[in-house]
Amino acid sequence: MTARSRILLALASLALLAVYVLPLWHITLDAPQYPEGLGMYIEVNTIRGQNPGNLESINGLNHYIGMRPIVPDSIPELKILPWVFGFLIGFGLLGAALGKRWMLTAWVVLFALVMIVSLADFYRWGYDYGHNLDEATAIIKVPGMTYQPPLIGTKQMLNITASSWPAAGGWIAFGAFLIGLVALVLERRRSTRLEVA
Amino acid sequence: MLNRPVFRITLGIAALVLAAVLVNACRTTGSAGLADGDAAQRVYVPPGQHDEFYAFMSGGFSGNLTVHGLPSGRLLKTVPVFSQFPENGWGYSEETKNMLMTSHGFVPWDDAHHPELSMTDGVPDGRWIFINGNNTPRVARIDLTTFETDEILEIPNSAGNHGSPFITPNSEYLVASTRFSVPVPQQDVSIDSYKQNFKGTLSFIRADRPGEMDVAFQILVPGYNYDLAHAGKGPSDGWMFFTSYNSEEANTLLEINASQNDKDFIAAVNWRRAEECVAGGAARTMPARYAHNHFDEAHIARHELKTEVTVLEPSDCPNLVYFLPTPKSPHGVDVDPTGEYIVAGGKLATVIPVHSFRKMIDAIENERFETVVDGIPVLQYEAIIAGEVENPGLGPLHTEFDGNGYAYTTAFISSEIVKWSLETFEVVDRIPVYYSVGHLMIPGGDSRRPWGKYLVALNKITKDRYLPTGPELAHAAQLIDISGDKMRLLLDFPTMGEPHYAQAIAADVIKDRQVKMYQLSENKNPYAVKGEGETRVERNGNEVHVYMSTIRSHFAPDNIEGIKVGDTVYFHVTNLEQDWDVPHGFAVLGANNAELLIMPGQTRTLVWKPERVGVFPFYCTDFCSALHQEMQGYVRVSPAGSDVPLAYGTGGTLTTASR
Repeated sequence: MTARSRILLALASLALLAVYVLPLWHITLDAPQYPEGLGMYIEVNTIRGQNPGNLESINGLNHYIGMRPIVPDSIPELKILPWVFGFLIGFGLLGAALGKRWMLTAWVVLFALVMIVSLADFYRWGYDYGHNLDEATAIIKVPGMTYQPPLIGTKQMLNITASSWPAAGGWIAFGAFLIGLVALVLERRRSTRLEVA
Repeated sequence: MLNRPVFRITLGIAALVLAAVLVNACRTTGSAGLADGDAAQRVYVPPGQHDEFYAFMSGGFSGNLTVHGLPSGRLLKTVPVFSQFPENGWGYSEETKNMLMTSHGFVPWDDAHHPELSMTDGVPDGRWIFINGNNTPRVARIDLTTFETDEILEIPNSAGNHGSPFITPNSEYLVASTRFSVPVPQQDVSIDSYKQNFKGTLSFIRADRPGEMDVAFQILVPGYNYDLAHAGKGPSDGWMFFTSYNSEEANTLLEINASQNDKDFIAAVNWRRAEECVAGGAARTMPARYAHNHFDEAHIARHELKTEVTVLEPSDCPNLVYFLPTPKSPHGVDVDPTGEYIVAGGKLATVIPVHSFRKMIDAIENERFETVVDGIPVLQYEAIIAGEVENPGLGPLHTEFDGNGYAYTTAFISSEIVKWSLETFEVVDRIPVYYSVGHLMIPGGDSRRPWGKYLVALNKITKDRYLPTGPELAHAAQLIDISGDKMRLLLDFPTMGEPHYAQAIAADVIKDRQVKMYQLSENKNPYAVKGEGETRVERNGNEVHVYMSTIRSHFAPDNIEGIKVGDTVYFHVTNLEQDWDVPHGFAVLGANNAELLIMPGQTRTLVWKPERVGVFPFYCTDFCSALHQEMQGYVRVSPAGSDVPLAYGTGGTLTTASR
């Protein structure tokens, strides 16, 4: 590995520290009655309201459609995710220190897997919350209506416009991935050139 | 055909009638006080936008404080202070009723006259607003993060707490002076022994420690009527000026008997000197009974009776009080932003006397005394007067300032406001107001740095200003533009009760500090529930405590059985919502008190004493959600001695109470 690639990998790994202080994902629910905004942040180890009391308010709204309440402590992934990022940071820094190219490759592949699995898992949770509604306690029942939030993007659900986008921590993590990917591409090009030469 | 003389007479009469009609038409146009030009635009606040100022209007005989926006005049809120307020349960709920306790027991009403914003460096800082209760002497502190009264102190040795609660530049003290002198201490004496037995008191109340308001000391003064006050500022900081009338010491038909002397007095009190005298042991402690009520950390009103008060006699503390002779039963006393001029308004005067603080100090140093009354030197009028404003209208009462070198004074009798220069003491402009203005208010107009821009005339008589509503009419406030050379009438708006005086503050100072909800996790009420799992009903003898929760759109529990005639039922209702602007209400059929409004995260308690057998509904009164109408419950009341078990529940079988 070149010094440049090692620096890039170290940089990407260190950038991942941001996920411990900045939220990964942001879901907003816009409705006329919430001029001050209503939404939640998904953080590496929890989910919190964007304003005080928002999570309670979202659960309060969801009870009308029979959606079960969002209880951050009951989501096991949020207990694992801090360790997953911890591993990526440690492994990346080690790879940068040792300068092993296979470690860079493994880091990028692992990170890509983490992103794919996380998004798939996020989709699964969204599907589950949005479809498995309690028919007995649902107050508002619209035939055929489900309430799965968008994975990424914006969706109208009854009076609420739900939007789901990466938040600062999520963007930084994605940027770190890109930096790692760039390092890998540069490494491979260099080796191709060396082989040609 | 008419003959010539008859024709001429007819023509003459016709001309006279026409002239009279024209003159009258002009007068009518004039007296309507039509706002002109762009007045509508100046007061228009577009939908969804905010006013520039919060205006706090005293509720007078309603005992409340109302909050309006300026320049729109829109009513934003009524803050209950001294009066029970069934709309939200203030003074009815178990948590708030202690706030209205006094040494005379529960007093559910008062006459609230003067709102006063807390100050830092002589400028309103938006922490609190204070207001006086005239009738059963009290002062209240209202927190401006919650717009709720959270402390009330009764004033001992006082009657008619009118000259209150004027504040010192750093909110060290509020004052409370006695409009009615009374025997001090109270005793059974003949009323016509007034001159021997009646005294006035000037109380200084520690104001800058929430929950610890207390009478620091009272100054015992001659038995006049002490009317209004204002603190010195800048060079005159450390002094407080009180107007007095009835220096005749009349005890009957004051209308005539208290209007005999050409001059009464402004009492100038050096309160820093008073502090020295109290610290030096010159004061004495006197037995007294007065209430102090405030919210504790659980947001429950605590009531305590204090038993003594510190009293200071001017004769025991030389250089404490001086009398400034002031013509014609002075009413208002106002200190200009520089702190140099002390402006008095004489109810029957034809000039406005303006005293100079610098001259007053000179006169004291040079002992230019006219006489001495009860040990209090009376300074020579000529030695202290800076000037007299000529032709200020009849019956000048109150003055406020725009910070640009002008003063504005109300004239009650001639129903107008005059603008005059603090440099030349000459009137530069005048505007009629409708009708009979008492106080006026300029945002920050009594402070070191007025915001200026607007003036609100607080009129006592309304007559034809609005659509008539029977014999009783809302009082009229008028918004006047003072940003230019000429005053311009912009808007009339009706007000609640008697908006005797008002204060205003730039909205920016307080609007971002508003509490939107109480944190449920920090609710310290011993009867609070933090979730539906904690809701329950408990019996203790014939007391039944219902630990109830509200969340859109149900009560828990919403079915209660086993209540008996003769029980006292406490509904402790906790609002579990953690969202802005989602209060829930609670009302139960036959309650002899009121309803409750419970803010998000808060607990409030209503007592209900069922007198009949039956099943009675309760419901949410504050439209909370699409299923608000479904938010209801039932209480079953059985005969005394019945063996129906105490049980409760929501949405399933009832749980039998554990005890």
